[in-house]
Amino acid sequence: MASYSVGDCGRAGLRLCNEMKIAMPSLSVNEGMARAAVAAFCVQADPSATELADIKCAVSEAVTNCIVHAYRETIGEIRIRVQLFEEAVIKVEIKDRGCGIEDIQRAKEPLYTTDAEGERSGMGFTVMENFCDGLRIVSRPGKGTSVTLTKRLRQRSRYT
Amino acid sequence: MIKTKEQVSIRVEGGVMLAILRGEIDHHSALSVRRTLDEALCRHRPRLLRLDVSGIDFMDSSGLGLLMGRYALIKRMGGEMTLLSPTPAVLRIVRLAGMERMLKIETTQG
Repeated sequence: MASYSVGDCGRAGLRLCNEMKIAMPSLSVNEGMARAAVAAFCVQADPSATELADIKCAVSEAVTNCIVHAYRETIGEIRIRVQLFEEAVIKVEIKDRGCGIEDIQRAKEPLYTTDAEGERSGMGFTVMENFCDGLRIVSRPGKGTSVTLTKRLRQRSRYT
Repeated sequence: MIKTKEQVSIRVEGGVMLAILRGEIDHHSALSVRRTLDEALCRHRPRLLRLDVSGIDFMDSSGLGLLMGRYALIKRMGGEMTLLSPTPAVLRIVRLAGMERMLKIETTQG
């Protein structure tokens, strides 16, 4: 098993306030639905427009990775769990049971892609890392990958 | 889901191709947008591609791949590409990839 963790992934022991779990087949038409569903969940924490756009973009990258890389020419299940913790911390876990990532460090390199023919920019993990406060990747080659995005919202209003 | 024909409008005049993109550009939609643009580029071989992205509501790195690919294609044809009126969200991801150093960007409608 390989893992990678960067940034603020939220301190342990934060109280869980709300949670949503969704599952979908790895069809590209579901990319828009996945990010819209996560965004709809996050609205209760009163994010700014920029924060919401960041979350949508990071989720879209992770889901696209499942479709393009993890399951490639096959269709498998993508599971998404979104959690809202106290202090307005959002965690989004995107999980697949696809091929896994052999070399996470390499996959993370900006502009690196294994799918040059598909005109991938190779910027997926760079976007996730830059648009979120924390990123954790756990992968088992042949078993699947779990990507957890953490976003700490500026507490603009009532939600604590 | 927005169909390609509604997502891309193309106008060619005097060697300049203006392509107006709308809606959400992700991995799902990028392929059909790419096909529409490439077909028009190969048919008209413009000296300048002006890509109006002011109507893009969402774009992830698949959109970056689309921009990079069209830039490479128009360069191979000996032309240039300009990005018109990117929203702050589009500009942010373009800058993240360092593409503002390659592309000419016009921030107001031209």
